[in-house]
Amino acid sequence: MALSPFGQSDMSIGQRLWQINWSFVLLISVTASVGFGMLYSAANGNLDPWASRQMIRFGAGVGLMLVVAVIDIHVWLRYAYAIYALSLALLVVVEFSGSIGMGAQRWIDLGVFTIQPSEIMKVSIILLLARYFYASRMEDVGRISHILMPLILMAVPAILVMRQPDLGTTILMVATGIAMLFLVGVRIWVFVAGALATIAAVIPLWQFVLLDYQKKRLLTFIDPEKDPLGAGYHILQSKIALGSSGLFGKGFLEGSQSHLSFLPEKQTDFIFTMLAEEFGLVGGLVLIGLYMLLLIYAFAISLRCRSQFGRLMGMGVSTSFFLNIFVNIAMVMGVVPVVGMPLPLISYGGTAMLTLMFSFGLLLNVYVHRDVQIGPGAADGN
Amino acid sequence: MHRDGDRYRTFSRRSIVLFGGKVVLLSGLVGRMYYLQVIEAEKYKTLADENRISLKLLAPKRGRILDRFGRPMAVNQQNYRVLLIPENTKDIAHTLAQLGKVIPVDDHDLVRVKREIKRRRRFLPIILRENMKWNDVARIEVNTAEIPGIVIDVGETRFYPDGDHAASVLGYVSGVSEKDLTGDPLLELPGFRIGKAGMEKVHDLALRGKSGTSQVEVNAFGRQIRELERREGLPGAETWLTIDMELQKFVATRLGNEAASAVVMDVHTGEVLSLVSTPSFDPNIFNRGLSRSEWKELASNPRTPLNNKAIAGQYAPGSTFKMVVALAALEKGIVTPKTRHFCSGEIELGDSTFHCWKKRGHGSMDLVSAITQSCDVYFYEIAKRTGIDRISAMARRLGLGQILDIELSGERKGLMPTRAWKKKVKRVSWQQGETLLAGIGQGFILTTPLQLAVMTSRLVNGGKAVKPHLTRHVVPFDAVEPPLPVYPEFASIGIHPPHLDLVKKAMAAVPNSPYGTAYRSRIKEAGFKFGGKTGTVQVRRISKAEREVGVKKNKDLEWRERDHALFVGYAPVQAPRYAVSVVVEHGGGGSSTAAPIAKDILLEVQRRDPSRGQSAGRSQDQAKKPSSKSAKKG
Repeated sequence: MALSPFGQSDMSIGQRLWQINWSFVLLISVTASVGFGMLYSAANGNLDPWASRQMIRFGAGVGLMLVVAVIDIHVWLRYAYAIYALSLALLVVVEFSGSIGMGAQRWIDLGVFTIQPSEIMKVSIILLLARYFYASRMEDVGRISHILMPLILMAVPAILVMRQPDLGTTILMVATGIAMLFLVGVRIWVFVAGALATIAAVIPLWQFVLLDYQKKRLLTFIDPEKDPLGAGYHILQSKIALGSSGLFGKGFLEGSQSHLSFLPEKQTDFIFTMLAEEFGLVGGLVLIGLYMLLLIYAFAISLRCRSQFGRLMGMGVSTSFFLNIFVNIAMVMGVVPVVGMPLPLISYGGTAMLTLMFSFGLLLNVYVHRDVQIGPGAADGN
Repeated sequence: MHRDGDRYRTFSRRSIVLFGGKVVLLSGLVGRMYYLQVIEAEKYKTLADENRISLKLLAPKRGRILDRFGRPMAVNQQNYRVLLIPENTKDIAHTLAQLGKVIPVDDHDLVRVKREIKRRRRFLPIILRENMKWNDVARIEVNTAEIPGIVIDVGETRFYPDGDHAASVLGYVSGVSEKDLTGDPLLELPGFRIGKAGMEKVHDLALRGKSGTSQVEVNAFGRQIRELERREGLPGAETWLTIDMELQKFVATRLGNEAASAVVMDVHTGEVLSLVSTPSFDPNIFNRGLSRSEWKELASNPRTPLNNKAIAGQYAPGSTFKMVVALAALEKGIVTPKTRHFCSGEIELGDSTFHCWKKRGHGSMDLVSAITQSCDVYFYEIAKRTGIDRISAMARRLGLGQILDIELSGERKGLMPTRAWKKKVKRVSWQQGETLLAGIGQGFILTTPLQLAVMTSRLVNGGKAVKPHLTRHVVPFDAVEPPLPVYPEFASIGIHPPHLDLVKKAMAAVPNSPYGTAYRSRIKEAGFKFGGKTGTVQVRRISKAEREVGVKKNKDLEWRERDHALFVGYAPVQAPRYAVSVVVEHGGGGSSTAAPIAKDILLEVQRRDPSRGQSAGRSQDQAKKPSSKSAKKG
């Protein structure tokens, strides 16, 4: 048993590999395969340019996930702050020298591939908060001073990401953080007060901070049909694609909206629309069902874990994953504004895939180390 | 474990709440999906189809225009075009340079193409050249590998094989202008042509046909992906005219470059076999669109090629009017066939002297010889006694001074003056001297060549109120055989037949009697003989002083000051069938200029008469067609 919070687990690599929840890995692969099929369709029945590259990335992602899963959980605990600091540094780099793409400043070009620091920050925040609260007692959490520091550490990257501007990721990071604060036991009145403060802040935010395109997106969300050829075009076309597909869809490779280019960015943000157009309500339900299974697994893994660090990490990952799914699907159905967020495991995109697999690696890591006790709890335990 | 137990309870309680929240939210999404994909499905299906399906109109084939024997006068010709599709070439300048090695291309083309590329999507073709010659097309086809982005495409365009010979009848087609738009979407098709003049305009709706439709699937950028459904339109009706195109060409060639016109018609049916106005214009240039300089040249030509002189040219009829005066006088009983007047070369009325064209005078004349020799004094005399109102009334019965409704637009009415008319329009009383002038077809009287042909027809067809027309049948594209035209029995104009016979006898003598004014133009072949009447119309005043010195000869005058030459005729004399009118503006004399033309036309039209069986080959060919003879009997 570990005597220091940064101690070592006594399992060998082989034991840990054996401990991995392989049915969860299978479920991830099945879901990712749905994505390959859709990318194949998005390219009008071609593996190029998307499906083949996505498969390679997924393969790499599985490798990364397994590596992350078998690394001793203490390592993640030890380097959690360092990883956060590194992610923040990368964010600052894009802030000042990032290349411009798709109208938003999000990438760092490393020559071989590009990385998106905001994606990495999503995972880093989870690690950060799990690390910060892993040893906190209920009394500590009850003090505002105790939660001030993590709020600042969340706010700094959130502001940086929002300035990129990447509203989707900002919301996702902040919401995940809030969910984790909720889980560690922060008093309910703090959330209520926070919500009121947010409402009070929205008015100046609207006035001075939000860019015109963001305001426009929010406004056309209320009634996209008001500007069907302009700002509301994408969402209207997406709704047409969904609605016209019916119960069983138009058939694989037969989505008229997608294949005739009415649907924008069908290989990334709007891939769910394409799936639902080609496979109908049934297809959409199958994918949501797969996601639901993954969420149940994540929930079970988190509850089963005996360390607070692992539990927080597990629920953090699953909440981030959920928000990703929800915002994307709600967005393409016209329920929330179009904020630019890919559908996890399905949408084409390198960094998103790798960071997602990294976070699944953390989740599996929690599963592998489910019985490992860490920190003060460990000292109390046994 | 105790402290962790506290935390764990909070964690698990709150994570269940969180998980429950996720389940609720995902269920909400499922509900939303159900709403969109099941409840609202129909609405979105329609929207999706509207998105992807675009309805295109297909222009129908324009109906052909044929002459009376089925010879095409207006057809559709393949129009080879060279198109450039910008997205298929990397370097437009290079493509044009390569094309320049095959057909002439200049910098202007490059500038125009670059300008069009900016305005339009790169997959839409730009027209580089239209109406290409076949050998140029072939040369481009052979070299397509070296000229990226070039496509050859075949469309259809109107073509008039006989060029300017039939323009006065056919008119022309041209692009649709703003004021032609009626809401018919066909008219808004790029490159669509409608009839703007002549028979093309008269039968435009029938010739146009019905448009077809093509449903094409398009993507969000408007690019066509594939055709889903195609419904071909109906080609326009074929229009058969009464014109004999060979005759028309003959007449046009015979008139040459004169500012002249001629109308040939069947005296019984009113079928117009030829209606020519020269100089003419090539209707093909209106289809292709004419340049500013071409337009200027047409519009400023003193011989007015754009004016259809056969129906819109108004001329004093001159001596061709003498039959009208004679009939009016006969009807009133002012003259009988035996009435004689002495022509001394002039006649006095008040202070004025009225001259006969023959300075020395004709001597004693009766009605027939007065017509045959065109004695002016005789007609001054009988006109004075008959009075202008009776002369005008007779002229109207013969078809003068009125619109004859020959389908073509721009027909003019001419003028048949009466006392009342002068009082009303000129606000002065009629002068007797004006009646004398009217007696020889001058003064206020104006007629058109078409009216003169109708007048002649009515004189020789037994006094029937024949009306001219140009359309034989309009045959819907799917009809098997054109029906035979049925012509109504024309009503009588109520002229005493012996009077008509007398006039006919006089007209027959004009070219056939040695005294006749057209004796030099007689037809010698038996059975082809014709009758008629010359007319020469002064366009300038001859002063007393000039008359004393000696009247200038026509050839010594400016073209604009020369006399108009007229002739009205019919053939064959024994059983009149065809009537002709010829007017040559500033052509000189009726007998010297117009009569030889009328003679050639009447000889040609009789030779071409299918019922004569002159040419075995042709008559066999025409046996299938409704000949004008059977039409007459029918």
